[in-house]
Amino acid sequence: MSDSTSPAPPGAEASPAAASTAFNGHATHRSIPSYLKNPSVDAPINRLKGLKCRECGSTYPLEPKHVCEFCFGPLEVDYDYDAIAGIISRERIQSGPYSIWRYADLLPVEGPPRVDLSVGFTPLVRADRLAQRLGIKNLYIKNDTANPTWSFKDRVVSVALSRAVEFGFDTAACASTGNLANSVAAHAAHAGLKCFVFIPADLEAGKVMNSLVYGPNVVAVRGNYDEVNRLCSEIADRTNWAFVNVNLRPYYSEGSKTLAYEVAEQLGWRAPDHVVVPIASGSLLTKVHKGFNEFKKLGLIEDTPIKISGAQAEGCSPVAQAFASGADFVKPVKPDTIAKSLAIGNPADGIYALDVMRGSGGSAAMVNDEEIIEGIKLLAETEGIFTETAGGVTIGVLKKLVEQGKINADETTVAYITGIGLKTQEALAGRVGEPLQIEPNLSSFEKALKEKLG
Amino acid sequence: MSVLVRIPTPLQKLVGDQAELQVEAGTLRDVVSRIAEQNPEVKQRLLDDSGELRRFVNVYVNEEDVRFLQKLDTPLKDGDEVSIVPAIAGG
Repeated sequence: MSDSTSPAPPGAEASPAAASTAFNGHATHRSIPSYLKNPSVDAPINRLKGLKCRECGSTYPLEPKHVCEFCFGPLEVDYDYDAIAGIISRERIQSGPYSIWRYADLLPVEGPPRVDLSVGFTPLVRADRLAQRLGIKNLYIKNDTANPTWSFKDRVVSVALSRAVEFGFDTAACASTGNLANSVAAHAAHAGLKCFVFIPADLEAGKVMNSLVYGPNVVAVRGNYDEVNRLCSEIADRTNWAFVNVNLRPYYSEGSKTLAYEVAEQLGWRAPDHVVVPIASGSLLTKVHKGFNEFKKLGLIEDTPIKISGAQAEGCSPVAQAFASGADFVKPVKPDTIAKSLAIGNPADGIYALDVMRGSGGSAAMVNDEEIIEGIKLLAETEGIFTETAGGVTIGVLKKLVEQGKINADETTVAYITGIGLKTQEALAGRVGEPLQIEPNLSSFEKALKEKLG
Repeated sequence: MSVLVRIPTPLQKLVGDQAELQVEAGTLRDVVSRIAEQNPEVKQRLLDDSGELRRFVNVYVNEEDVRFLQKLDTPLKDGDEVSIVPAIAGG
């Protein structure tokens, strides 16, 4: 199928190194390469029909293309759900690897995963202490800090670069607020692909370091993310690079669906009642919704209602503002927030995120910088999970929605924590106390303890 | 006013496979009209039924999003650079 419908970009050939890493270098802590035994990856059926414009329905073959030629709408992968329904089952999924690739039947790659750092299947943590603090009863944290580069972006990148290798690209690239660059750099290193990542020049030091270490070309652009994004769109037009969130966007964004699949499976094959998802471009929120819907459509979970609520930072809240004002369009803003990973002023999928939140009976809310820091500390102190600023936004909004009565005490609620706090330490400078400084003797310890305890 | 217009891939076929065009225009609306003289289909691709920019079309004048300026009525001066960019995903 790939040969006839997936023309390689001109001048781009799969590097031998990339091809040879398909099964090598896979000895991670989850050491069983069980996808080798997973029938889902070599099933002789056509699960993928092509690309389809979300706005006007124009169809295209499966190629590295993200924009409809007729209306400029976003292209999406079009699946043959009848064919998938014929093969997928809970048992088949459970026999797969402990990674996103257990859901390979619903991901837009043709063969076995080519670029695989064993991403996903992260913990779903029952959060009773945080729930109690907030006054609700059934709260879970989807802890996606537990990924190879410590954010949910590993999901989308593993899918996008697996597809990129199938297409024959030899260079991976992205526009990023940090986490995506980290993940693209790591996966490109693993696959032996050349790599260019473009980031705003004012990123947190941790996010820059976490790209540089993998040895890609890191390009710091003197501008905000929306400017980086625009520039990359123009560069993508002039290169034969696999820009995961530009020309590979239809494949890339599908990786986020696994955040819904995993939660449903981890809850014992049922959907939660309410989820809270951070919004940057709006892609994650819409794909989480799509993931639950696909599981319902395929009979893997019961068709129960799920409210999808969105979280934004006050300093960059175009979607939450549109939700509040009842607008059916999203007015771009100039971001000013410590939640840099959510600082997208011109969210490409904002309009779709609005539709999902409204259509599902969910809500949107925003929190200020102070509430973001309080959210980070609250999650750390009650549940032992250290999130980055985006997670502070999610927890702050979770709290706000409970206070506003938008989340009922009995609802099974899942908050998505999408990245780790170690990368955004600047936000907490001077806000988490100091160690007790003592001499190496008992009396010094006892003196300090006395002072500490008052 | 002579301005440089960067044409994105999906539109290049309509303007003789050119990635850049030099056009005479006083406003962004003029730019769209000038390009549409080469191929009237360009207008349908860029503008919705009410004659405004489609929601997935981003246009920048000297790197500034025209939604922060005067949209299609944004005035142009000699040497300005206009970029037409489809919406893209987050990162």
